[in-house]
Amino acid sequence: MRIVVCIEVSAPPELVWEFVADPSRYLHFMAGMTRFEVAGSQAEGVGARYRTLMRVGSAEVGGLVEVVEWDAPWEMAWNSVTGVDQRGRWRLRERPGGRTRVEFRFMYGIAGAGLLGWLAEKVAAPTVRGHLRRSVQQLKRQVEHEQLRHLAAERRARSAA
Amino acid sequence: MTDATTAAKASRNGHGELPPDARPETSREGATGGPFGRLARAVAGAVQARIPAADLDERDPDYIRERLPGIWLLSSLYFRGEVRGLGNVPEEGAVLLVGNHSGGNLTPDTGVFTLAFNAYFGVERPFYQLAHNLVLSMPGLSFLRKFGTVAASPENAEQALGSGAALLVYPGGDYEVHRPVWERHRVDFGGRKGFIRLALEHDVPIVPVVAIGGQETSLFLSRGETLARALMLDKLFRLKVLPISLGLPWVVNVGDLLGHVPLPAKIVVEVLPPIDLREEFGAEPDLDAVYEEIIARMQTALDALAAERRLPIIG
Repeated sequence: MRIVVCIEVSAPPELVWEFVADPSRYLHFMAGMTRFEVAGSQAEGVGARYRTLMRVGSAEVGGLVEVVEWDAPWEMAWNSVTGVDQRGRWRLRERPGGRTRVEFRFMYGIAGAGLLGWLAEKVAAPTVRGHLRRSVQQLKRQVEHEQLRHLAAERRARSAA
Repeated sequence: MTDATTAAKASRNGHGELPPDARPETSREGATGGPFGRLARAVAGAVQARIPAADLDERDPDYIRERLPGIWLLSSLYFRGEVRGLGNVPEEGAVLLVGNHSGGNLTPDTGVFTLAFNAYFGVERPFYQLAHNLVLSMPGLSFLRKFGTVAASPENAEQALGSGAALLVYPGGDYEVHRPVWERHRVDFGGRKGFIRLALEHDVPIVPVVAIGGQETSLFLSRGETLARALMLDKLFRLKVLPISLGLPWVVNVGDLLGHVPLPAKIVVEVLPPIDLREEFGAEPDLDAVYEEIIARMQTALDALAAERRLPIIG
């Protein structure tokens, strides 16, 4: 199952990237996420691994994922190592007026699970899509709040000078 | 199947020598004579022979992984399962998960918990469950061995814990699982304390797992202990009960050997904090005191879950 959610954020890509590249922020903006921990010594960049779990139906599903693409502040992608098969990608694109288009792509499934696997993917899709929609909305709120703080700090610095 | 073969198979299975009163034919001649006695012992011998030899290697992570979506559908849509507190299970190493058991011969809480455990920790983490001999010898249930289900015996439990696996046991077993529906909110291990000895021998923490809802999947009326004794089921099949319930599709269901269609009761499972027996109860803990304390903690958790429940079945 492939799910894509998009949102436009009133902040530059660099600020959005600060959020999506920082594993410690995920539990704050990702809806339904019950676990997001760095596995190993590397916290960022290609090769970083995270233990992730998201509540879907009666179980917390996820597993160990590894970052396979890291192009700050534009793209980040990961693949699953164990657990549910999954691939994810953050895609940030600059828009006029210091805005950013944020696209979150997520694919999941269980290879070899047959018809029931297909059915489970379909049944789980509304829940997963809902989690992801709320996640990008929460990301937008948090990033824009941070952007306002940055702008206010700049104004204060200018008036003090 | 000869007596020798049966005994050998039982021994491989971790049951050691068959108890004298479970040996078919000659050794019990005279104790229960007549055609019924012979027939019952022949059936008992056949059942014993069907119990597969315990082999931890039969657990198949890929098989489990491919079956998880089906269990997830059943658990999420039919039983509206909810498992809380899996973070209380130590991240790695051997651990003894001790649960209360409900739902007759079909135990939905086990399925809901197995799904949650495998999804949370990954199918790569070794996880075994002890089940009654009859469960493993039932035709069509051999797939359970791929999930890590092995016959309930001290030897198999030791083997699993010795390998560093997580082991789920239901001390109440057949006694608890067939309790009447009006006792559904009661943890009742029937005084069985073997799990405490097991945890002490292997120095592993006990993690209580409390479940609610399973005993609402049918209308359980009686354990039928007197009936089971009269039919010698305890001696022949290690069955202490011959339960009587009202359920689908049989209406009146005696024995529950063919199972039943469970009602879609909401299943909630709560995992409690781990108990390090020697840390909490000293180097040589008193088994009775530990037993009472574990039961008390589980009962408190079950009472809290019951208080959350507004209506039977619906949850």
